[in-house]
Amino acid sequence: MLRIVVDLNRCESYAQCVFAAPSVFWIKDGESLEYDYVPDDSLRVQVERAAAACPVQAISICWLDEQLGQQRGNHNEQ
Amino acid sequence: MSSSDTEKTASSVQRIIIVGASLAGLSAAEALRSEGFTGTITVIGDEPYAPYDRPPLSKTVLTGLLPAEHTTLPQRVDLHAEWLLGVPAIGLALENREVELADGRRFGFDRLLIATGTRARPWPDSAQAALDGVCLLRTRDDAAKLRARLAAGPKRVLVIGGGFIGSEVASVCRELDLTVTVTERSSTPLIGALGSAAGMFAGQLQCAHGVDLRCNVTITALEGDENGRLRHAYLSDGDTLDIDVAVVALGAVRNVEWLHDSGLAFDSRGIICDSTCRAFNTNGMATDNIFVAGDVARWPHPLYEGELLTVEHWGNSVEQARTAAHNMMSAPADRRAYETLPAFWSRQFGVNLKTVGLPTFADEVVLTQGSIAERRLVAAYGHKGRIVAALTVNMARWLPAYKAMIEARAPFPPVLHAPDGPAELRPVPAGFPPRGQSTHSPIATPTGPGPSISPPEESSTSAKVQDPRVPPGFQPK
Repeated sequence: MLRIVVDLNRCESYAQCVFAAPSVFWIKDGESLEYDYVPDDSLRVQVERAAAACPVQAISICWLDEQLGQQRGNHNEQ
Repeated sequence: MSSSDTEKTASSVQRIIIVGASLAGLSAAEALRSEGFTGTITVIGDEPYAPYDRPPLSKTVLTGLLPAEHTTLPQRVDLHAEWLLGVPAIGLALENREVELADGRRFGFDRLLIATGTRARPWPDSAQAALDGVCLLRTRDDAAKLRARLAAGPKRVLVIGGGFIGSEVASVCRELDLTVTVTERSSTPLIGALGSAAGMFAGQLQCAHGVDLRCNVTITALEGDENGRLRHAYLSDGDTLDIDVAVVALGAVRNVEWLHDSGLAFDSRGIICDSTCRAFNTNGMATDNIFVAGDVARWPHPLYEGELLTVEHWGNSVEQARTAAHNMMSAPADRRAYETLPAFWSRQFGVNLKTVGLPTFADEVVLTQGSIAERRLVAAYGHKGRIVAALTVNMARWLPAYKAMIEARAPFPPVLHAPDGPAELRPVPAGFPPRGQSTHSPIATPTGPGPSISPPEESSTSAKVQDPRVPPGFQPK
């Protein structure tokens, strides 16, 4: 599963991510970036382009399946 | 891992426990692995979820754009961590180097990171707090519940406390076209974090967006019907509101109680640590194996004259945890000090608010660029002739320039010659209230110089000031 987080302290609202992946990132009220933390896997290329295009490199991406499974496993043991 | 990494790591460190499975705990675990730690990492968390992000809980989750379960944070490196989720830690034995969990299990460690953060301050009357419709907002579950309440179309939402959480909830209510009342004991919203000068601007924004803002007012009681459903709120100005939802936004309480009798130096303001994130014990000695990061830490920042800071910011959880992780696995000579400037953002009522530095340290504030009328501005905060913080409203790109001035200890008011600035800079008092006067908490604040001074809220008169039901004008003797 694709997951992202944006460091909004770093974000300066250049909106390059909005151009690269418009269904994942959007600008609210002129300057506030909002985004979907769990974009559909089919948007992976768009999201990677968005992260690469960010002038202040505020976007982190990862695939989480393995770790999440591990966490559920531990929780169930209790 | 290179051989130099191995040498750098204190070789005795094999087992690291992180108590707190939120942003700081996750950031520390990522940093440990990124820096080459190969021993065991155990992460203990009281909530049953993998680390998730809290900022959207008061924004996109409440508007319904983002499901609460979508806030799970990415894990940027393969952590190979053992996750013990849904069970809180209840004790720490320093001499045995053991953490005890609520289910009785004990885990030994070589290094411990305490990142237990905060919880929402509850409504002081527990029977009223239990009424159906009285909500808190801190966790993913809180946000999902409040989202369901707002989606059901309540006739009026009451927000108790005009801090950042309260203001963001009110903003979402107006976006959803819900009728909302905000009560705040002091004279403006956001006064605890930004002072009354900036708070007046925040109050104007709220009113312009249709919020029924009641400052200098407290809620004296909440009342339910025979089925235990919230129905009324009684205000200190004599008014009674018909409501079905009340959001208690009174700030945060630090999760330190589990450290009782541990021998660490802590109180309700946080756990005292040095700038390398090592916790102090009650004898005033820095421990070598207990580290602290995030909302629960209280430490001296070099830019703020040795005052111990507490900072409940997203960025602080990330950066302080990374520093702690580095120092946990480093030989003493390789440890580094944590001196990142506090930084914060909020979205509410059509504007993006961002700060850098520590506004609560300031005595004066000055508008340096833009204007209140345009709702685009930069304000600089000063303390004794030096710039200590800056606030931007829809002008975030200017913030790094001000950050550089703060780090360089530039004079206040700053000399800018900005083409969009006023002809003459006119500093005004920043207007921070005495401790305990506002309904909400300041988010980031200096808390006094050291471990030997007892916290002001421990005296009984101050406890009364802290009670959010006590109306303004109460004078402690």
